[in-house]
Amino acid sequence: MEIGLNHYLVLSTILFSIGLVGVMRRKNLLMLFFATEILLNSVNIAFAAISHYYGDLTGQMFAFFVIAIAASEVAVGLGLLIVWHKRHGNIDLEYMSTMRG
Amino acid sequence: MFEAIAFYLFAFLTIVMFYITVTTSQALHALTALAAGMILISAFFFILGADFLGAVQIIVYSGAVMALYAFGMMFFDTTRELKEKKGNNAIIVGLSIIAAVLVVVIFAAPMVSTNMAAHYPMVADAGNTQEVGIVLFTKYLVPFELAAVMLLVAMVAGIVLAGKKMDLSLTLMDEAEIQQIKDEQNKKVLS
Amino acid sequence: MELYLYLALFSPLVSSLFSALFTATPKKQFIGIVASGLIILAFVSSTILLTHILSGGDVVHVELMTWMAAGDLYIPFGFVVDQVSVTMMMVVTLVSSVVHVYSIGYMDHDKGFNRFFSYLSAFVFSMMILVMSDNFAGLFIGWEGVGLCSWLLIGFWYHKESATWAANEAFIMNRIADLGMLIGLFLVYWNTGTLQYEQAFAAMPSLSTDILTWMGIFLFIGAMGKSAQFPLHTWLADAMEGPTPVSALIHAATMVTAGGYLVIRANPLYDLIPNVGLFIASLGAFVAFYAASMALVNRDMKRIIAYSTLSQLGYMFVAAGLGAYWVALFHLMAHAFFKALLFLGAGNVMHAMHDELDPFKMGGLKKPMKATFIMMTLASVALAGIFPFAGFFSKDLILEVSIIEHHYIIYSVLLFTAGLTAFYSFRLVALIFHGEERYKLFGIHPHEAYKFMLVAMSPLLILAIIAGSFKMTYFEMVTALLPATEYHVHSVAMYWIMTIGTQIFVILAIAFAYKKYAMSPVTVPDGTSKMENRLCYKILINQYYIPYIYQEYVVKPYRELSTIFWKEIDMKIVDASVDGIAKIFYSTGENTRTMQSGNLSTMLKWMVAGIVALLSLAVVFGLAVRYSDEIKVILSGLGVQ
Repeated sequence: MEIGLNHYLVLSTILFSIGLVGVMRRKNLLMLFFATEILLNSVNIAFAAISHYYGDLTGQMFAFFVIAIAASEVAVGLGLLIVWHKRHGNIDLEYMSTMRG
Repeated sequence: MFEAIAFYLFAFLTIVMFYITVTTSQALHALTALAAGMILISAFFFILGADFLGAVQIIVYSGAVMALYAFGMMFFDTTRELKEKKGNNAIIVGLSIIAAVLVVVIFAAPMVSTNMAAHYPMVADAGNTQEVGIVLFTKYLVPFELAAVMLLVAMVAGIVLAGKKMDLSLTLMDEAEIQQIKDEQNKKVLS
Repeated sequence: MELYLYLALFSPLVSSLFSALFTATPKKQFIGIVASGLIILAFVSSTILLTHILSGGDVVHVELMTWMAAGDLYIPFGFVVDQVSVTMMMVVTLVSSVVHVYSIGYMDHDKGFNRFFSYLSAFVFSMMILVMSDNFAGLFIGWEGVGLCSWLLIGFWYHKESATWAANEAFIMNRIADLGMLIGLFLVYWNTGTLQYEQAFAAMPSLSTDILTWMGIFLFIGAMGKSAQFPLHTWLADAMEGPTPVSALIHAATMVTAGGYLVIRANPLYDLIPNVGLFIASLGAFVAFYAASMALVNRDMKRIIAYSTLSQLGYMFVAAGLGAYWVALFHLMAHAFFKALLFLGAGNVMHAMHDELDPFKMGGLKKPMKATFIMMTLASVALAGIFPFAGFFSKDLILEVSIIEHHYIIYSVLLFTAGLTAFYSFRLVALIFHGEERYKLFGIHPHEAYKFMLVAMSPLLILAIIAGSFKMTYFEMVTALLPATEYHVHSVAMYWIMTIGTQIFVILAIAFAYKKYAMSPVTVPDGTSKMENRLCYKILINQYYIPYIYQEYVVKPYRELSTIFWKEIDMKIVDASVDGIAKIFYSTGENTRTMQSGNLSTMLKWMVAGIVALLSLAVVFGLAVRYSDEIKVILSGLGVQ
């Protein structure tokens, strides 16, 4: 059967919600980063699909930049994670609640 | 028909992989599943005819980013199981499902406007890489350069954050000084 | 001529401000001298203006600047010196000068010496504004100003609870009357379009009698408060808590006459509504008798004189009510002189007797205090209306007016009251100055007042004696402005019978008073004598129980009502709702503060929840846009436009 834009968008939505579950559920900071990657990738799929079905390259451009940003985000995020781990010995979200209201 | 098979197959696999990533209690399993998911996503890109994007996805994501995560995993006791919070699963899953449904509804709604013209249209005969090159280096040049600078910044930040003490510059000192410092460090270690 | 107007108007202000600079410092003699000097300057200016007006000069009219010019309303700071106002100015400045000089001696040992002169001069300034203003609004400013200064001066010794209570009573009663006055002013403005005297009075004949009646009634209500007519009279007797010079100036000569001045000034209005005038006259006659009756048995020296003032104010209102405005003004003038003199003499006696007020505890003071004795006796003679003193000319004229206008009841009431007046005045004089020296029982050593105080009182004495001779000059001058009705009894024989009869009646009353209190032995009443236990005595000494009625049936319920409004309505409803609004904000903040737990997981959950909310909104909005036509159909079906 014909795969239309809607199929890709539904797929992207399902992956996005899986990412949301991961973001809300995980207690380990590294696992949280994994879930963030899932979110970003689902969005990339959506961009690429729209770009394909409308014949516009703008979607792919966006996807490129998302990838670039995700990469740099991972680098800096991991750096911070390492510093925290050195200082506190764990990367558990329960212990990171110093910025309380 | 092939397209449909490929789509459903890869879709199923991707969902399973990412599901494993968010629900498993073993850290290594999560990492592996994530890497697999990345590669499967690049398959989608190839299906959609975005060749360059697919290649970049494999190289950057499953190559560089996963390697970074693998290095990050070195800081854990990966034999231990990840303890999950006793959070309210119902809320989490419920919220996610509602969000998904809403987004689908929004996307499935019939488009309001009919006169949509492509900004940077794809030319049929040129290859995808060529087209991407043309658009990226002409219309999107400034964001490209900015992204490059940002990557540089991120790299420097990563080094500074994660590196050891770097107040001494080994390349600017001569041999005798370096030997002297080494001896002092050894003395400290031995005594 | 304008220069003299400004001098007369503003020298009391300068005096007040100058003295006000020193209110926090101890007593300095020169302040009294400077203040008195400035008031005497005002008096000299007033006299120059008086001679100018007497010699037929033009009325002096100045407009200093505009106070309010809003829409149709135009009120300037305008001042006029015409025949009526120059008479009042002369009286006010003369009595004020005398009182200022007297106070230098009277308040000699008082810590608030400087403050006293500041208040006193401020009062003179307000009174001058009142009498010199050429519009109702300026009159009202002066009205309020004298009310304020009266409050300040009655409560001068503010540590005394009774003094502050009396001051509040005076001010509040004045305020109640001022409401009536304001309504009267509003009616004047509403119906004539202006508050200037000239224009308003010119426009009045064309108004309907109903409106004019209401105007007159409301303006008179204001006059009732200021001049202490029944039922707003209780404050005058209680105002004796203030120092005696204050009583002399304010509650004898000037402030209480402001009501009479208002009626005289508004004579074009009251001429058009003779019914209201008759009511005023009847009320005045009633008050005259009422006050005299209370003075018969009272045992407080200053209170007796205060009731006497009240009684004479009644006389003034009788004259004004019956249309004899120039007679009322003349009586106002003469009364100011001898009443102020009486009060100042009473001040001397008080000082000598160490602030003792009960005349039964005095007696035989004519030996140590000769000058005061002479002054008070002559003032009382003038008050009683014996020929040829001032009182005869003014009081008897009022009696003639009432007979000529065929108001025989008023005439008989006033005649009887004249007898009562003579009786209680000489009862007071006899008790204080004649008979045995009862003060020795209480160990008091009286001495006469300072010489300069007696010298200051002497102009009043002279005027109290000779003021009657000014009647014709005064009449010619003032009738340029006031209706010039001459009052002559038709038959000469009747005139002589009336006059001689009144004199004999008065002299008999004096003789009776002397016989009872100077010749026979007098003991200090201590509540056991037969007289004290008679019902009429009890009614009179308790002032007909009017203050008691006011306290029980007006003040107490009002206080209860105020407490209810405070506790139930203000605190529980108004405050609660305002506080409630603040509490809502605070508690909302408190409860939403828990969202920021610092726990990333929780915050991420909140974020997703927010995203879900926004997405729902987007869906709803999109649906509304998509199906807007159908929604409009449904809503119009329900009746919403």
